[in-house]
Amino acid sequence: MMNDDTKDIIITKHNFRKKSFLAFSFFILFAIFAIFVWKKINHATDVAGTPKPLRTILDKNEKIFSSIFSDQHLSKTYPVSEAVKKVRVNGDIGLKSDLDTSWRLHLVLHPGDTLLLTMDDIKKFPKTELVYDFKCIEGWSQITHWGGVKFSDFLKKYDPSASQEKYAGLSTPDNEYYVGIDMASMLHPQTILCYEMNGKQLPVNQGYPLRLIIPVKYGIKHLKRIGTIFFSNERPPDYWYERGYDYYSGL
Amino acid sequence: MKIKVNKKHPLAIRWLHWINFPVLAVMVWSGMLIYWANDVYRIGWGDKTILKFFPDSFYKAFHIPFRLAEGMSIHFVFMWLFAINGLIYFLFLLFSGEWRLIFPNKKSFKESFLVVLHDLRIRKTAPPQKKYNAAQRIAYSLVILMGLGSILTGLSIYKPTQFHTLTSLLGGYEWARIEHFTLTILFSLFFIVHIIQVVLAGWNNFQSMVTGLFVVDKNAIPVQQPIIENKIEDTINDPTDQVGPVESTNNLHEDSDKTEEIIKHDE
Repeated sequence: MMNDDTKDIIITKHNFRKKSFLAFSFFILFAIFAIFVWKKINHATDVAGTPKPLRTILDKNEKIFSSIFSDQHLSKTYPVSEAVKKVRVNGDIGLKSDLDTSWRLHLVLHPGDTLLLTMDDIKKFPKTELVYDFKCIEGWSQITHWGGVKFSDFLKKYDPSASQEKYAGLSTPDNEYYVGIDMASMLHPQTILCYEMNGKQLPVNQGYPLRLIIPVKYGIKHLKRIGTIFFSNERPPDYWYERGYDYYSGL
Repeated sequence: MKIKVNKKHPLAIRWLHWINFPVLAVMVWSGMLIYWANDVYRIGWGDKTILKFFPDSFYKAFHIPFRLAEGMSIHFVFMWLFAINGLIYFLFLLFSGEWRLIFPNKKSFKESFLVVLHDLRIRKTAPPQKKYNAAQRIAYSLVILMGLGSILTGLSIYKPTQFHTLTSLLGGYEWARIEHFTLTILFSLFFIVHIIQVVLAGWNNFQSMVTGLFVVDKNAIPVQQPIIENKIEDTINDPTDQVGPVESTNNLHEDSDKTEEIIKHDE
């Protein structure tokens, strides 16, 4: 009644005890093994703030998910009317020093060969406006409205060979905040060097005069007040990566 | 002494079940570390909040605050184990035919009501069942669906641009996060009810999830000897048998230690 009785068998009590003992031995061994693995993971040496075994898998995740990454996968866009007026400000690292009035974008073509660009140089490109759901790694998101130039257009003009490199590194003028981003994400059609928010000049707390907007990444990669951009085949240093976060942080 | 046992849980199901338990626990735990960083969900209306997810005392008790990075790295590693283990489990159900014992059938939805009444001690008898009763069939099948739901909602908040179609289908990024969270709460509620039911069902039921063998009859009538070569009338009287005496063609072996005669019912 309780069970499917086609699976009933008759065994000796002795045999049943033997089977139970074996099964429970395996069960307890498995439990000990699971606890052992858990402790081993959590006590492993840290690589950039995360235990090495976890870091290894996170890097594997990057390989897997960057292989399905496509320029054709666009972040959803919204009508301008849906963009919030009060845009959340979540970080000011790299913005604490006074902004040098003679700000220039330092584009490192080769080590020792740096191009200094003004805002006028950047505004020469056709302006792209983007209204999308900005996603913070903390879990909140906001529909926001930005304007600037496509990074891919910018790079094509000033440093076309750089697209062969694997990564771009960006940092604030004071080098307090810095990010590393894979080239595929940098060349994504929605990645922009941004100088406008809600149709107006970028506020200082949002990264005036120039910030990165990169919808295929979490907010932590949207560096404000860009000072320097360089390219490399090695991973450039990344502020939050060093504090235990995933390097890729792709969406 | 001989006892009659039922081979209730196949080995694969036991392994997959017990692997899933710690893995799901780790997923829920690391999910909590992540959720803390933006803990906006509550039950209530307007300014009135009945239940905040989660009270500060709860966070403090479990040392949850300021561990977002840790939570994410654990979550995005153990997600593979959860998904792969779940997939193997589902495939095993399909190919072993075990699904027939777990997925609800036509009667299950009507009967599950009677089972609940029986469990609440309102009704004396429970409907006849095979491995699982109607309520268990529905609950266990729902949990499988919830697992799939957790993977899909999880994927759609993990990579909302790469899986934008999926994210839109689930109502967008923020809805997918709410759904993912809700499923976690449902898993936790399922876990509580599951534990209560297991405790109520007793040791025999619990140990069968480890050993696979559910004791049906502690004093099965000793196997009859001698053996007649031809078909014999099986005289074993099965109290749980509703069909009546059965023809058995199995030869009964002499070496009693190795005997595991399967009593087959002709259908």
